[in-house]
Amino acid sequence: MTDPYEMHGSRVIVSVLGEDRVGIIAAVANILSANRINILDISQTIMQELFTMILIADMGQSQIDLATLKEQLHEAGGELGLKIDAQHEDAFRFMHRI
Amino acid sequence: MFTMQEIMETITMVQDEHLDIRTITMGISLRDCAHADVRVSCQRIYDKITRLAKDLVPVGDELAREFGIPIVNKRISVTPIALVAEAADTENYLAFAQALDRAAKEVGVNFIGGFSALVHKGFTVGDRRLIDSIPQALAETERVCASVNVATTRAGINMDAVFRMGEIIKQTAALTADRDGLGCAKLVVFANVPEDNPFMAGAFHGIGEPECVINTGVSGPGVVKRAVEKVKDADFGTLSETIKKTAFKITRMGELVGRAAATRLGVPFGIVDLSLAPTPAIGDSVAEILEAMGLERCGTHGTTAALALLNDAVKKGGAMASSYVGGLSGAFIPVSEDEGMIRAVVDGALTIEKLEAMTCVCSVGLDMIAVPGETSAETIGAIIADEAAIGVINQKTTAVRLIPAPGKVVGDFVEFGGLLGRAPVMSLNPFSSADFVRRGGRIPAPIHSMKN
Repeated sequence: MTDPYEMHGSRVIVSVLGEDRVGIIAAVANILSANRINILDISQTIMQELFTMILIADMGQSQIDLATLKEQLHEAGGELGLKIDAQHEDAFRFMHRI
Repeated sequence: MFTMQEIMETITMVQDEHLDIRTITMGISLRDCAHADVRVSCQRIYDKITRLAKDLVPVGDELAREFGIPIVNKRISVTPIALVAEAADTENYLAFAQALDRAAKEVGVNFIGGFSALVHKGFTVGDRRLIDSIPQALAETERVCASVNVATTRAGINMDAVFRMGEIIKQTAALTADRDGLGCAKLVVFANVPEDNPFMAGAFHGIGEPECVINTGVSGPGVVKRAVEKVKDADFGTLSETIKKTAFKITRMGELVGRAAATRLGVPFGIVDLSLAPTPAIGDSVAEILEAMGLERCGTHGTTAALALLNDAVKKGGAMASSYVGGLSGAFIPVSEDEGMIRAVVDGALTIEKLEAMTCVCSVGLDMIAVPGETSAETIGAIIADEAAIGVINQKTTAVRLIPAPGKVVGDFVEFGGLLGRAPVMSLNPFSSADFVRRGGRIPAPIHSMKN
């Protein structure tokens, strides 16, 4: 039997916070597609005058690990003046789902 | 799938409200490291710790990255050294503390707990030697933490140990006088000590524990404070419900990280400690939660009730979030590590008497409190006795971590830096307790200890 607490599944949550501008989605999508990471869901909104995008993706086919993805996203975020991060889905699943 | 609000809530908790996993603590049994030759025993201790804990820090860092939640401390607790060292042919246990310190440095943990003895009913030869070695051990090592359990509800209060610990605290302060008595910040005197506590300085690996185990301590006063602020004018039922829900979410992160760490390290998962642990960081204060409930300053009338509500709601929410809860599991109220507590003391709102009352309804006790350097061993013993009595009668853990800062007087500040923070020197009752403390012997266990 698999341990229910070990990270099972390869889904990650990518969050983008900052000032809205042209090319945000393209930049993030490029990084993901270059690493064979499949986008499952995207939603975006303006929260407290801040552009907020949440993207759920599957890393199952990817050749890189989460730490590497985070580095690439941080780098892109730095260039665009945005805060971009990726976290394992379990961090949210544990907090919000029983 | 998750809603945007849920995802943003988690991200905000970490980024703006200081949510973190305070500690992943690996408990390691050293019972197989006893040997008549001190050097052999110390080598076994060093080898075992560095073997079992070699991946603790890398795994902790890896999980912090993947989950996107900081794991502030990676630590180690070991079998009370009095039990391990007793077989060794030596009177001074400094070598054992040094072995622990070296092992902690090697694996990169900032504290290692377990230079400890359990003497609630009396001393063995090893217990006495360990206690006598504490001042030097804490002065000459950097990362070793010591604790002594002097009372339990079942055994009563060992008043010989209580007075002795008063003397030991004074000696520890004297030997670390150049650092404002820093050694005392690494020494806790307990009643009803838990054997699976992941928090320093009082952590050790109890005798009923497995060979090796992972325990976690969560944090999150900032998250609770923000939640309390959002229900500003609500009644107490709503307030309690809000804290419960928040505690549930915080604790789930501790459960997740603890379980994942245990799996990756190949050791069993022990417990989540539900304690709300403050840090000196702005907005990470338990005192400020109480103030957000409607108190002008922590320590004023109503503080004990507010803390009781907070502590109970945290437990109710946390208990539902974790399959195994343990350790201290209650709000911590250390003065030096909590900016709101410090402010309350400086403003004259919070006194040692009020802190003592607060310890009746929350975990731990008189924690990280600086007192005048001239405070006598008898007075410190009497303070320990009072706390032990609260713990013994109420069947709960209490503890004392006092710093009689050499050369300091009321109104001065003691600076420790880092997580240990800074503490204003607090005033004590000037009348003597010496004749009481010096009676010797043991205060019998209370009537309600007879449950069989």
